[in-house]
Amino acid sequence: MNDLTLNRRTFLAASALAGGGFALGYRVALAAEESASSLEFNPFIRIAPNDTITLILHKPENGQGAVTSLCMLLAEELECDWERLTWEFAPVARVYGAPMQGTFGSSGIRSSWKPLREAGAKARLMLQSAAAERWNVDVAQTRTQNGRVLRNGSNDSFSYGELATAAAQLPVPETVTLKTPQQYRLIGKTTPRRDTLAKLTGQARYGIDMRVPDMAFAVLERCPVFGGTVQSFDAARTRAFPGVLDVVQVSRGVAVLASNTWAALEGRKLLDITWDFGPLATLSSARIREMQQALLKTPGAVARSDGDVDAAFAQAAKRVSATYEVPYLAHTTLEPPNATARIDASGAELWSGSQIPGLCQQGAMQVTGLPEERVKVHTLFIGGGFGSRGGGNVYSEAAEIAQVAGRAVNLLYSREDDVQQDRYRPCSLVQLDAALDAQGWPVALRGHVSCQHFQPLRNGIDREAVAGLADNDYAIAAQHFEYSPLELEVPTNFWRSVGASQNVYFMEAFLDEIAAAGNKDPLELRLRLLERAPRLRHALQVAAERAGWNTPLAPGRQRGLACVSCFGSHNAQVVELSVENGRVRVHKVTCAIDCGQVVNPHTVTQQMQGGIVYGLSAALYSEITLENGRVQQSNFHDYDALRMDAMPEIDVIIIPSDDPTPGGVGETATPAIAPAVVNAVAAAIGQRVRRLPVAKNLPAQA
Amino acid sequence: MATITFTLNGQPQSVEAEPRMPLLWVLRDLLNLTGTKYGCGMAQCGACTVHLDGEAIRSCLTEISAVAGRKITTVEGLGTLEHLHPVQQAWREIDVPQCGYCQSGQQMSAAALLARNAHPSDADIDTAMRGNLCRCGTYQMIRAAIHRAAELQALAVDAMALSPEGRV
Ligand code: FES
Ligand code: FES
Repeated sequence: MNDLTLNRRTFLAASALAGGGFALGYRVALAAEESASSLEFNPFIRIAPNDTITLILHKPENGQGAVTSLCMLLAEELECDWERLTWEFAPVARVYGAPMQGTFGSSGIRSSWKPLREAGAKARLMLQSAAAERWNVDVAQTRTQNGRVLRNGSNDSFSYGELATAAAQLPVPETVTLKTPQQYRLIGKTTPRRDTLAKLTGQARYGIDMRVPDMAFAVLERCPVFGGTVQSFDAARTRAFPGVLDVVQVSRGVAVLASNTWAALEGRKLLDITWDFGPLATLSSARIREMQQALLKTPGAVARSDGDVDAAFAQAAKRVSATYEVPYLAHTTLEPPNATARIDASGAELWSGSQIPGLCQQGAMQVTGLPEERVKVHTLFIGGGFGSRGGGNVYSEAAEIAQVAGRAVNLLYSREDDVQQDRYRPCSLVQLDAALDAQGWPVALRGHVSCQHFQPLRNGIDREAVAGLADNDYAIAAQHFEYSPLELEVPTNFWRSVGASQNVYFMEAFLDEIAAAGNKDPLELRLRLLERAPRLRHALQVAAERAGWNTPLAPGRQRGLACVSCFGSHNAQVVELSVENGRVRVHKVTCAIDCGQVVNPHTVTQQMQGGIVYGLSAALYSEITLENGRVQQSNFHDYDALRMDAMPEIDVIIIPSDDPTPGGVGETATPAIAPAVVNAVAAAIGQRVRRLPVAKNLPAQA
Repeated sequence: MATITFTLNGQPQSVEAEPRMPLLWVLRDLLNLTGTKYGCGMAQCGACTVHLDGEAIRSCLTEISAVAGRKITTVEGLGTLEHLHPVQQAWREIDVPQCGYCQSGQQMSAAALLARNAHPSDADIDTAMRGNLCRCGTYQMIRAAIHRAAELQALAVDAMALSPEGRV
């Protein structure tokens, strides 16, 4: 997880700043040569003589609060003046983790936890040593406070800025002792976000806001069928539209460049393109479902096999079986995908809000054939990531358009482009069976998943395709899970919480079916099965108690619960809802989270609320369907999301934890909300919704 | 092309544009005021919300010709860094934004609501704000911030009534 770990070629080093001051950063011996002259220096912290301290942030900010949390980690150990600490986004570079430099897998804090605090502590020790030298005392005679080094037993002190130039000449300490949790001043305390003011005044600059000299605004018409190509096109009417500057063909379609976005969009409507739709032109959601059903009839690759499942089923007092399914999902970040690219004789430059800027660089390198050092990537604010802004086509598309058209472009996906040309959370179909003993407790669980894979298969398995199901924490002695990959060219991608986004729904809804069949309370059943997962069990108890699980409800209301451990954290949710006139209204969600050491409680609360809203939007409304190889939805009118008037009250309880390391929070709250809703709906109408979204699959009589 | 003159954030503004061009793109691409955002282009998301003569409108569907002679306020003109609008103050206190992309539009909708309804109920907030999507899920904090902004606005009005010059 440590993406800043030092290896043989990378080491922490100090450097003097031009004009005075001190930088601590990483030197990397570039792969080809290892002579001292080939060492590349990438600063991490800069301390200027005027006391300004800058953190070079190697993680992008997609809303999860990384800017603030990472500043907190550094400031905690550096003991600097929080008000004088500024930050800037790092360029893409190997030392910052490229090509996988970025934020994904809820790893932003977890991967920076140790290296950032160590860098802060080492810089502090160097500043202390510089002060000790001036005073001619031992370092032990100094201490630090709020950006100053103080001399014990006197009123003498220097500011960090005053010491910075001298500190730059000192060796970097090999080892440092980090604070214990009891010594934290910042970590664990609610801290105002550093990016808030810019975002309230319209000053925060996102990818879509990027402007470079002589830039054109561009949109790209892509084939409505995945994998289709341009056969021929006529752009005469487009070119005649006022403001249109150029029309160029690139590998994925026809791009319109204009002096403003509207002219580009209007001009694009006038394109006359003949497509070669390719082999997917007849694909439909119904056909995909048939393929999945067929796959479930043949054996899959074994993802988990514990105990004697067949014997347990043969001896079972009762059996429960169900088929569950979820649709493709788009990400619909509120800022649609976009990228700005400029290519000239000196190389390529890209500006983007990307979760993994390192992959933008790779995309541009492929298109242009330029080497790594000639492709610069600048990071801007991200208007929502949710897994969509990893690599993606937009970066290579922008680079290719800039290259072919010979001018800088800001390429924008319209919302329609975004919904219809996303890379989707795959649809999944799963067969589940359980065997119960005479007392109604489950003794065996069997599952078979059929969906496209997110990543290359290993031994026939994509771990994400079964994550949250095959790796469940429940003490059911016999368990057997199989996976059958659906090989299809529909583009797929990570979607907030990835495999858990679908599999936790399957697992937790089916577990309630098991509870009902065995005549057990859903909470009682889980508590019994989670004896060996104490943190998750505790989260469940906390949520149930806070929500008043066993207390009477207002008329018409029902509760449901679900829980999961993922991304190093443990989450339980209790939903309270009513079903009125065939509509589900969620009133309240109680969310207990154990995410180990908390960095910024405000951010944890935001991520819990956000993760729940994102999961609830999908659970209630979202579905991408295909017909004639085309995505049928196009914008928020037919691919809606949760709005203010449907927003439940969300009560977040952050569980104090003895775990000294932080768990992930960005994705942790998304998986449990769908099953908690479905379980409460079952309590309300007596039927389990086995296919999402709920709004389209609620039985007619509800 | 036509020359269209209007008031933008309190200043006279004139712009050469196709009369049908939506105000959103005039602001963002011609005038380089990028605080107003694009999210859907069809009045479904509210990211592009600005004030037209004090009313919240969706600039993605408002043709620039319809703005001639009228007053437009964007997030850049809502408050200043020294004097934040009560909505911005409340948003800051509660630390609402996540990715922040929707927040210009959210604040403009909330400011228009508070201008005509000094103490909105939760139901008023639902109605006024349901057109503003937030994919990051900040709704609960937005609701709290609107109630807080109503308090701050009331305090400012009281202070104005008390001050001898009628100004704070
Ligand atoms: S961009 Fe205008 S409402 Fe979405
Ligand atoms: S804060 Fe990201 S869309 Fe609202």
